[in-house]
Amino acid sequence: MTVIEGITVFVLAAFVGFEVITKVSPTLHTPLMSGSNAISGITIIGALIVAGTASGTLAGVVGFIAVVFATINVVGGFLVTDRMLEMFRRGDGR
Amino acid sequence: MSESLAAVLYLAASALFIVGLRRLSSPSTARSGNQIAAVGMLIAVVVTLIVTEVVGWRLILGGILVGGMIGAVAALRVPMTAMPELVAAFNGFGGGASALVAAAELLTGPAPSTTTSVTIVLSTAIGVITLTGSFVAFGKLRGLVPGRPITYRGQVVVDVLLAACVVGTGAWVVAAGGDLAFVLLAATSSVLGVARVLPIGGADMPVVIALLNSLSGMAAAATGFVIQSPPLIIGGALVGASGLILGSIMSRAMNRSLPDILFGAFGSDESMALQAVAGAPVRATTPEDVAIILGYARSVIVVPGYGLAVAQAQHALKDVADLLEEHSVEVRYAIHPVAGRMPGHMNVLLAEADVPYDQLVEMEQINSDFPHTDVALVVGANDVVNPSARDDSGSPIFGMPILEVDKAGTVIVVKRSLSPGFAGIDNPLFYLGNTVMLFSDAKQGLAEVAAALRDL
Repeated sequence: MTVIEGITVFVLAAFVGFEVITKVSPTLHTPLMSGSNAISGITIIGALIVAGTASGTLAGVVGFIAVVFATINVVGGFLVTDRMLEMFRRGDGR
Repeated sequence: MSESLAAVLYLAASALFIVGLRRLSSPSTARSGNQIAAVGMLIAVVVTLIVTEVVGWRLILGGILVGGMIGAVAALRVPMTAMPELVAAFNGFGGGASALVAAAELLTGPAPSTTTSVTIVLSTAIGVITLTGSFVAFGKLRGLVPGRPITYRGQVVVDVLLAACVVGTGAWVVAAGGDLAFVLLAATSSVLGVARVLPIGGADMPVVIALLNSLSGMAAAATGFVIQSPPLIIGGALVGASGLILGSIMSRAMNRSLPDILFGAFGSDESMALQAVAGAPVRATTPEDVAIILGYARSVIVVPGYGLAVAQAQHALKDVADLLEEHSVEVRYAIHPVAGRMPGHMNVLLAEADVPYDQLVEMEQINSDFPHTDVALVVGANDVVNPSARDDSGSPIFGMPILEVDKAGTVIVVKRSLSPGFAGIDNPLFYLGNTVMLFSDAKQGLAEVAAALRDL
């Protein structure tokens, strides 16, 4: 992947992000914030690669902490969002 | 697994993120949307574990186990009222992880090209600023750090110097490399993160969290450039854009611009209008009176504020609403965009108390209904119903959109005392002729109103 290809992907994805988010109802802003926060935990991929291929103590320690941090972000973010959204319900026939 | 199959699966994961975010836009599909995004994440993780020639399984499994436990326990145990600081903390960890990945790449990888060095610097600086900034926000929301804006003389100069140091050490890393330059980059970035969030008041923290959320996405995207990974770039860009939009939506709801929030140190001159109306007559009332006013009304609009959540009074409020509906009173809830501690927070808190979301009405829709409404019941809200935001051009919150409860037939305010709200300014609403005050803890007061309604 060249840098220019990467920038292309980045800019297009940012536009998609703007389009998708502008339409979100204010009712859902808190779950949206925690849900998108969980998605930013995608950096876990990098953490896994670092930890998995680490040779040497320093790289191992850095990789391990990175995996811990990213996993907290991913697991916690998706779970707490699900916990919030589980409670949203429509009125019965009103 | 072939390289192209992996690429296709990564693309599928990115697409699932977009579909998931899209489905988060409606309450009926939101839960599945979040789950779809989680499946995307799972796919990305599994593919990575398959295609990477892993030598250190213990590190990976140990890290996932420890991180998963911490994340799960925090997510499942946190009370809904503490949601803002939890999101801030999760956010900080995400930013920290991005910075660590970039650090590892510099420490262990082959000597990076100039382009890679630049992305490593970006990823480190943004990630570390997100990490320390988020934890200052966490501390402010938890009350570990004073919530008021912390300011000092020459703050702007210090901040500009710090930013210049970050840029300078970053350039040093790119030009010469070396561990010292990198450590200094991380150190100055961490100080900058702290220094930027400290002067922002607790009331503005939700906007700050939204922006830090955006930054954590940017950090992930920068890391995507470092390790040449499209899903990181896509996921990071999505979050970077969404956080920015949320932050600007929120600041608009408070009638403030983003620069004003970031650099304005709002709320430092507390109590400026405090004496203005103090001493004016206030009509206090009893739970029995409140029950009578509510029980014989045709329509009631409830305005819940964060004080409701602090008092854990959501369920007591729901009891009152149910009893009123038995009396054929129409009950709706008016939700200010910044009600609660972050955007949409009040909706979550009321959902927790089983209030159906179709009874919750946004400010723009409901404001024109107040003049035809018999009773507005304000519980634990203050600044968002303060008429001086509309009428008094000298007020610090002048121009902030409010819920115009003062136009309702009768206004009932449930509040402990006349003390000012988040913004530290007095509320003329309490002294109006059509306002009655029920001085009480929200939970206890509403329970007494419910009891009186049962006897009605």
